[in-house]
Amino acid sequence: MTALAALITRDLKIALRVGGGALIGVLFFLTVVVLMPFAVGPDLALLTRLGPAILWLGALLASLLTLDRLFMADHEDGSLDLIVMGRAPLELACAAKALAHWLAAGLPLIVATPVLGLLLNLDATATSAVALTLLAGTPALTFTGMIGAALAVTLHRGGLLLAVLVLPLSIPVLIFGVAASQAAIAGPLSFGTPFSILCALSLVSFVIGPFAAAASLRQGLD
Amino acid sequence: MQIACNVYDDYQDAMTLIDLANPTRFLTLTARLLPWLAALTAILLLVGLYQSAMAPDDYQQGATVKIMFIHVPNAWLSMFVWGVMSLAALGTLVWRHPLADVAAKAAAPIGAAFTFLALLTGSLWGRPMWGTYWEWDARLTSVLILFLMYLGLIALWRAVEDPSRAARAAAILTLVGAINLPIIKFSVDWWNTLHQPASVMRMGGPSLDQAFLIPLLVMAVAFSLLFVTLHLAAMRNEILRRRVRALQMMQVSRRSA
Repeated sequence: MTALAALITRDLKIALRVGGGALIGVLFFLTVVVLMPFAVGPDLALLTRLGPAILWLGALLASLLTLDRLFMADHEDGSLDLIVMGRAPLELACAAKALAHWLAAGLPLIVATPVLGLLLNLDATATSAVALTLLAGTPALTFTGMIGAALAVTLHRGGLLLAVLVLPLSIPVLIFGVAASQAAIAGPLSFGTPFSILCALSLVSFVIGPFAAAASLRQGLD
Repeated sequence: MQIACNVYDDYQDAMTLIDLANPTRFLTLTARLLPWLAALTAILLLVGLYQSAMAPDDYQQGATVKIMFIHVPNAWLSMFVWGVMSLAALGTLVWRHPLADVAAKAAAPIGAAFTFLALLTGSLWGRPMWGTYWEWDARLTSVLILFLMYLGLIALWRAVEDPSRAARAAAILTLVGAINLPIIKFSVDWWNTLHQPASVMRMGGPSLDQAFLIPLLVMAVAFSLLFVTLHLAAMRNEILRRRVRALQMMQVSRRSA
């Protein structure tokens, strides 16, 4: 347990210090959201309608952008080999790394959502609905994305491949995240149903993600 | 390969799946089997096509209903091939069966081709029926996502140089895909019912008329046999390709030594 806690604190420290690049994801999120009005026009009513979708798409792309650092930096400096050989089960170590990555790269996206909601003319209810669905859904993005990151780290040119492999797997999260936000804003469906399914997707990814990632690290690094 | 031959010679009494692990034995067996399979596939395809052409027109859809005889077997195989690849992936990861990764690698492009044909015939069928080539219908969308996943898998195969490492990476992705595909299918269904009413596609009730059912079944069997034939032929090619690669590597290392 202490080994896993040490791994989490180490990853958080590396991500937050100079050269870690955890907050680049937020900057990218901001840029995507700011670009949107230039593409669809400064029509506030339209932006309100598209707001949840834009925020979800931005968060999806931002979390995808930071994913390849999940194992790549450790692979480059050799600490990934130590983690694979370490006494802590690799599945738990992968889960710990994903948790640290989500704390460093996923949580800031949710904190930034209210500010970006203002830019998209979302009211308080809509913004909090989007933030809540992001809170429930981004762990699923990180944990399923981890599978792609683990596959890509064993390849030499994995960057773009990671996106191709991960994006189809994240379609359910996108569907239910946006559906739950829309349900909270406009109805007519209840917020509870899609939101529970979104939580279920996250829980499923907690189970599948670490095992698949650990398997591909074990297979790929020998 | 020499060592493998010696080991498996001890177990010659029973012909099991393990025996096929010897690529040479697999090659001789398939060499004998393939002409028969190919001939049977051709005959069944001809019979199926003839029956489809003779099938009566639908009272609503007219002659376009005949697209169904090509479309449905392709759509069925697009999912079946992922199932075959998942079994092969288990063979790679659990039993380390030497032919499992060959089978998985050979199946991916064939599955992608069947999926593409299902999409193509579906959109050609949709043009007269729905008035549009593409509709964000739940089934079409999930088949499109399946196609994307096939392409991603092929890209993964092509990204790794060493075939056995590529096989293990692809096996993990195949299994993750097999778990995720039902989830994706369910969520796309949900998304579709939320966004638009039920589609126009109705097959005249749950039961299909015999005049359509028999040609459809013949075509389904014919396309399945086509898959088996193509898959075995592609596996043979893959084994031979690996031998050529091994020989080239040996030659290069001998020359440099």
